[in-house]
Order: sequence, then C-alpha cells, then structure tokens
Amino acid sequence: MSILYAILDWPGTKWLFLVFGLVMPLASLLTWAERRQSAMMQDRLGPNRANIGPIKLKGILHFIADAVKMIFKEDFIPASVHRGLFALAPILALVPVLVAFSIIPFGPTIYPHSLFDKLDPFALAASDPSMPLGAFADAIRMQMFQVDFGLVFYFAVLTLANYGGTIAGWASYNKWALLGGLRSSSQMMSYEVAMGLSLMGVFLIAGSLEPGWIVGHGASPQMSPANPLNWMWLWQPVALVLFLTASIAETKRAPFDIPEGEPEIIGYFVEYSGIRWGMFFLAEFIEIVFISAVIVTVFLGGYQFPFLDPDGFRVGGYMVQEAGTAISTGGLVFKLPHWAVSSLQFGAFGLKVVLLCWFQLMIRWTLPRFRADQLMNLGWKLLLPLSLANIMITAAIKLLFL
Amino acid sequence: MSSSHAHDESAEPQKGPKVLAVSPKNPNVRTIQVVRPENADTTFLAATATGLGITIRHFGKNLLLPRKSVEALGQGGAAAHVRFKNDIETIQYPEEKVQYPERYRGLHRLMLRDDGAVRCVACMCCPTVCPAHCITIVPEESSDPSIEKRPAVFEIDELRCVVCGLCVEACPCDAIRMDTAEHAKPVEERWEAVENKASLMGRGIRSTATQGGEGPTWRDKK
Ligand code: SF4
Ligand code: SF4
Repeated sequence: MSILYAILDWPGTKWLFLVFGLVMPLASLLTWAERRQSAMMQDRLGPNRANIGPIKLKGILHFIADAVKMIFKEDFIPASVHRGLFALAPILALVPVLVAFSIIPFGPTIYPHSLFDKLDPFALAASDPSMPLGAFADAIRMQMFQVDFGLVFYFAVLTLANYGGTIAGWASYNKWALLGGLRSSSQMMSYEVAMGLSLMGVFLIAGSLEPGWIVGHGASPQMSPANPLNWMWLWQPVALVLFLTASIAETKRAPFDIPEGEPEIIGYFVEYSGIRWGMFFLAEFIEIVFISAVIVTVFLGGYQFPFLDPDGFRVGGYMVQEAGTAISTGGLVFKLPHWAVSSLQFGAFGLKVVLLCWFQLMIRWTLPRFRADQLMNLGWKLLLPLSLANIMITAAIKLLFL
Repeated sequence: MSSSHAHDESAEPQKGPKVLAVSPKNPNVRTIQVVRPENADTTFLAATATGLGITIRHFGKNLLLPRKSVEALGQGGAAAHVRFKNDIETIQYPEEKVQYPERYRGLHRLMLRDDGAVRCVACMCCPTVCPAHCITIVPEESSDPSIEKRPAVFEIDELRCVVCGLCVEACPCDAIRMDTAEHAKPVEERWEAVENKASLMGRGIRSTATQGGEGPTWRDKK
C-alpha cells in the first residue's frame, strides 16, 4: 500500500494526472468553448454539428474533429527554412507551459489512511512532519514541486515560451513571419516586466514566493485561509488587475494579439501548417488554463472552498498557533470527513479555473486589437508605474500597520 | 485633383486643417497639422467594463433563454424580437425552414396544359432575353395541329442563372415560372445543376391562363 501511495506522491504521476487529466482536456474543450461562446456573444449558434452517429453533445465533439484534422493535414515545410529551429519552435512554445504547471497546487494534501475520518487539525499539526506516522503517513501533496522560489520558477520557465514565437518567425525565412516574431518578442519583454512586478505586492503581504504557502495561509494570519476575505484579491486588487492584463498580453490573444493578428497582420506562424501549427494553437489554450490557474492560486485562494477548513465548514472561528502551524478553530462547525472536504476543494479549484478561462474568452471577444503604440504605452507608461507604485504603497502599509 | 484643391483654396482660405508650411514651388503642396482626438482614458478600464457588460448580457441571454420560433426568425429585423426569447438569429437550414416571401424567385418550372402537355410554344423569347444565356431550347413540330411548335429540349443551367426573372417576364403564354420557393440544390458535378425538360415539368402545375385564344379573355369583358 505504501508503495502505491509513494507512486501517487511521485511528481511524475501528479504531472501526468494534471496535464492529461485536467489541462489537456480543458484546453481542447476551450477550443470548442471559444467558438461557441463567441457565437453566443454575437447572437449566433456556433459549431454544433460534429457528431458520432446520433451523439452530438451540442458540438463538443468538434474538438476531436479538429484534432484529427490537424494530425492528418499535410505538414508543409517551405524550402529554405532553418529546419532544426523550424521544428524546435512549436515545441519551445508548448513545453515550457506544461513544465510551469509543476508549481501549481491543484488540490489539498490527501492523507489516504484517514480518508473516511473527520480530520483533527491539532493532531495533524502535532504529528512530526518529517516522519509522519499512523493516520497521517503517506501524505499525497497535490503539488509537484514545493520550492521556495515557486513563482520565480514560473516566470523563468514561461519566458522560454516566448523564444518559441521569435524563433518561429526567424526560422520561417519569411519577412512577415520575422516581423511577427519581432512584435512577439517586444510585446513579451514589455509585459513580462509589469507581470513580475505586479506580483511583488502579493509576495510582500504573503511573505513567500511559494504558491502552496500562499494558498495555505492567505494574506492575514488572523483569518482562516478558507475565508474569501483572506484571499489576495481583496488585499491586492490593483495587482490583480495588473497581473490579469499583463498575463492576457502574455497569452498573445486579443486585444494583445499583434504578434499573431491572424486575419490581417501576418503572424510569426504563417509558414506553419498541420500538427506544428496545432502545437502553437494548443499552447495558446494551455496558456489560458495556466494563467487562470496562477490567478486562482495567487489571488482567489487556490483550492480553498469558501469557509471550508480541513475539518469542515466553519463560521466565526479564530486562529491559534499550534506547533508552528496556524490552525483555524472554534466557532460553529459542520464537520465533514476528509474525502468530502478534499473533493469539495478539488471541485472549487476546477470551478475557479473554468470561470477564469471563461472570463479570458469573454475579454478576447469583447475588445478590439490594440495598436502597437497603444500597446507599448499601456505596458510601459501605465502598467509598469502602477505596479511600482503598488509595491511602494504595499511596503509602506506593511511597514507601518501590519 | 489640382483644380479642386485650388477651388478649396480660393473659396475658403481660412477653413480646414492648420497649415504648417507651403511648398514654394506649388502652393497646393502643404504640410498640415493633423489633429486626432486622443483617447482620454488610456487605461481602457471604463471602456472594457462597458463592453464586457454588453457582451456578458448577450451571452447570458442567449445561454439561458430558449430560441425563437422559426416563424419569428423568418420575419427578421425588429419584427423578429420576441420577449422572453434569446437573440440568436441563426436558422439551422436543412432542419429548419422559414416561409419565403410571396414573390421569392426560386427554381424554374414549366407550366402544363390541361392535358398535361408542356405549355411552352418554343417561341424563343426567354433564351433571347436571358442575360446569362443559360436557357437552351431545341424546338420541334407539335403533334397538335392547333399548336405550331413545342420544345424538344428545354434546359436551364441553374449554375449560370442569375435569378433575374426576365424569362418569366418575357414568356407570352405563362409557360415558365419561378414561384416554386425552392433553392437551387447543392451539386457535386456541374452537369447536375442543369435542369432538363422533365425535371422542369415535374415541378409544373396547370396554368389557369387561357390557351390558344379560345374562351373568354379580358378583351371579351369590354
Ligand atoms: S432568371 Fe434570368 S438568368 Fe435565369 S434563366 Fe431566367 S432570364 Fe435567364
Ligand atoms: S418564352 Fe415561354 S413559350 Fe417562349 S420559349 Fe420561353 S418558355 Fe417557351
């Protein structure tokens, strides 16, 4: 049994589960959802025809048809492209996003031996974390890498994805693709600065770069991390807006889609076709899921279900310090077994991610594309100063009052 | 070009954009100051919120409310607005068909005589008037001694037809009509779009117009 739990706790298993069980299906469904949703916003019906016999499912099967089409389409490689880099670019766009998922805590820690018990947080805190025994042995943590530099790792890895666009443009041996690649790199560089700096305020308040820690502790030690008022959206609203804006720019979608500009201005993947183009396409949707996951983790309490502490729903509780851990206790409690709490928390994470994906699609189909100068003005003259001001004000408030 | 510029200059020298410099060689070549209204709100936040309000309202309405009936969809425009129904205007064609207007020009048909023979007398008016040259008629002698000719071959290439309706106007004896309210069907080969005499007559009905000058006509009513 212990070996099974050890395998389940192995990062590779979690990565496979997360990527193939959650991210890939969600990203493929988003390709359908985007067309359906945009149609609904524009008083149309959208794709609803793909079917296997009588099974139609409102057109959800279109994503399977799309995938099959992309795989069997001719993979055309123009003469005089740089073959190595041409083949590398789509992989470079896709892989870093999948790697970056490793820092996301996508669920609560599961204690398989006490699945049907009502968890006692005091006993959990008292058990030796380095060598837990009995009920709390073989803990499965739903986060692949719990590292102190968590979010910095994400910035570092996701920057690699930007080389995907630039290299694709350069390797294509096409002037328009090259210009698209240049636009891509200039936009990415401009917005990465604001994106990184906008999260600094969160780091100052939380005192940690580790997303699991931010989710598990919230903004203030006086409140339960499951209290929605303790999530960062209330404490760092400016950072939330800045980060959302900058990260939508990072996904290179409208209104920030001047690197691609599918219909009018030619983008960096103009020479790509078939499955290679499909990889760029998929990477874009996986980035949407990833951005949603990061915003949920940092700003919206991650897997926390409102008012659901590890031992059940609690209203009017308070926090005590026990063995170096803050534990929410007291108040009115509706106790739930561990399995129910965990599934509610998994569901909360999924629902929040889906809602944020929906919101990103909403923005993409609401706003027209920015002009290049508006884009740069917004990035350098607005987001950057605002995020710097946000850091200064947060630091001052923390120094004076907290 | 230059004359109109000169005209502007002489008529209203003060109006128009601010002139920064004038070419010494040609006074019509000028450098002017372009004033573009700047967007006051460079954060775009208010505009984004307004836009999201509109799109979310449409999305929610179309998601939650049921679709309009096909009859309402067929009316189109403001008449198609129904309370407690969503705004989706899509007609899912092969399953849902709307009623066409009375004077909609559909596929052609050849009208029939009382005995079921073709009404057309192969007068060649319609192929002459047809702007797309898509009507082919080969006349032959009619077996009925009171009728001079009839078409042996009557073909209309519906791919070339521009649906102008001139053939119907030109026909002296109500032999060709476009009131079937049928589309030209999708075809896989070009020749499949050519309607022959049999298929045109297959859609045909008896015409109530008088034949061969017999019976009461509008002349008799005088
Ligand atoms: S509708 Fe016009 S184009 Fe078509 S067959 Fe008649 S005359 Fe020719
Ligand atoms: S105009 Fe009428 S009668 Fe004359 S050829 Fe055409 S269909 Fe026949």
